[in-house]
Amino acid sequence: MKNHSIPYILLFIMLLWHAVLFAQERFPRPEFESGYTYPEHQMPLQRSVTWEYIDVAVLVFALSLTSWLALKKRSRQGLIWMSVFSLAYFGFFREGCICAVGSVQNVSLALFNGSYTIPLTALLFFLIPLIFALLFGRVFCAGVCPLGAIQELTGIRPVKLPKTVESVMTAIPFVYLALAVLFSAMQSGFIICRYDPFVGIFRLDASYTMIVFGVLLLIAGVFINRPYCRYLCPYGVILNLFSRFAGKHLTITPAECTNCRLCEEDACPYNAILPSNTDQVKEDPVKSRKRFIAYFLLIPVFAAAGGFLFYNMAPGLSKVHRDVRLAQEIRIEKEAGIEAVSKAAIAYKETGQTEDELFANEMIIIARFRKAAPWSGVFLGLSLGIGLVSLTTRRTRTEYKPHQGRCYSCGRCFKYCPVEVKKIS
Amino acid sequence: MNEGRNKYQSRRDFVRKAGRILVAAPVVALPLILVKKTSASGYVWQIDPFKCTTCGNCKTSCVQTPSASKCVHAYALCGYCDLCGGYQREGVMKISTAAESQLCPTGAITRKFIEEPFFEYTINEDICDGCAKCVKGCKDFGNGSLYMQIKQDLCVNCNDCAIARNCPSHAISRVPDDLQYIPKDKVPG
Repeated sequence: MKNHSIPYILLFIMLLWHAVLFAQERFPRPEFESGYTYPEHQMPLQRSVTWEYIDVAVLVFALSLTSWLALKKRSRQGLIWMSVFSLAYFGFFREGCICAVGSVQNVSLALFNGSYTIPLTALLFFLIPLIFALLFGRVFCAGVCPLGAIQELTGIRPVKLPKTVESVMTAIPFVYLALAVLFSAMQSGFIICRYDPFVGIFRLDASYTMIVFGVLLLIAGVFINRPYCRYLCPYGVILNLFSRFAGKHLTITPAECTNCRLCEEDACPYNAILPSNTDQVKEDPVKSRKRFIAYFLLIPVFAAAGGFLFYNMAPGLSKVHRDVRLAQEIRIEKEAGIEAVSKAAIAYKETGQTEDELFANEMIIIARFRKAAPWSGVFLGLSLGIGLVSLTTRRTRTEYKPHQGRCYSCGRCFKYCPVEVKKIS
Repeated sequence: MNEGRNKYQSRRDFVRKAGRILVAAPVVALPLILVKKTSASGYVWQIDPFKCTTCGNCKTSCVQTPSASKCVHAYALCGYCDLCGGYQREGVMKISTAAESQLCPTGAITRKFIEEPFFEYTINEDICDGCAKCVKGCKDFGNGSLYMQIKQDLCVNCNDCAIARNCPSHAISRVPDDLQYIPKDKVPG
């Protein structure tokens, strides 16, 4: 009986196949007699790629001009106008895309995935500000980044935060960067772009929560200047590192520092001015050396701890990937009998893939996360360790100068320097 | 004293130089690593109409309002039917152009008589909000000549497309920008 039915089943499947193939052609194409011609397709193209190269040219031009304004001309006024220009061009005209902050993810996606080739413009947007940071400090932040510009122009009542709050908050960008690179490398989305607070303002169109977040950040930024740059910006972490080794950097005073301490109090809203400390009592060198070595030995411990922590967090982190989320939904449906109602689950069922395929895919993704996530942890551990070591070293400085990593080269301190004022008058 | 200072100075210089080389190395190395994975042209986002399940997320997920993804019509696939599954609301017995019997919530489809018994249906892109209701209607009851595409002149080309993220059938992906549309009546390749 069973054997007899096989040909019929086969025939039925073949007929079904036929039906599937021709499902789209339910109604025959009409044969017009009135000389009707098909209308043209309306498929307007994206603006040409040359525009993106113009963006790169504008970026280089703006960075050069900002460097000149900050280092040579020493004009806060000029830097403000530069911010206005960048906000208008990269912000409102180009609507916040393409931006150097987000390009980190394109680079990470291209580095760790075979299928994605990075557009040259995205690579250039990632590299050029870094090259300028290595030459002249964070001039990109000063007047080119549209996200920085909108905050620079709205930060009018600077209030200084306590140092401890500042140090704790500056850890957030490291975590943000580590996660953003991890998620983009794992093809789980670009979180920097998704949670960009100001792009909605540039486009005058975004989801309600993102607009509220952006506006709240701007309002906070009136008092706590540049909150995004200081406590969130993941690209700032890289710029910070590069700027520490800058060949030339903005200086507070145009000539020689007279140690007048006028810039000490409230010249810099970012706590980025390092005071002269020649009059400080020196610590016993043996004691400080011992502490340095102890903290230095802690670096690998922190790195290992970070790696271990993230290795264990990998399955949790992998939930950012949509396929993992879908697999979990389907598994819950299977085990608890609650019907999966999400659009993703319905669409998945329509494709006719089996659950095993989905679960196998989930396992692959989690395994990839297990492999990659520890490196994010190691990066965070290393950063923490190096940060602690740098706290133990104390340098003698004979003049007031900006901390090259934290300084945004915004030029707010210029007017506090009496040497500067004398020069102008 | 003076000598000691010089010693510190040169050590600090050494650390600076070493640090500079260390951070400059990735800047040089990165383009070299990525040289084969860099393309001069860019990407655009596009919907694969063969994967689209007409869920309606295009309308709500796009960062723009109205959405940059809209319904387009592959005329060559259309049956020019009198009773159109994409035009007429389901369950409407009498064929009419009255608003209440139209499927499109914004009235973006116009119906024009061509010759007996054929009617042409045109999408008014300015009114279409990308809800994909007509696409579903046409897919279920017609030839599937109506389909969703991202209009590239309206798309702001986000680095992370919000609709792609919310597309349940993974129908939206980056396509090379020399191939900006995936026309249903002209299958590429």
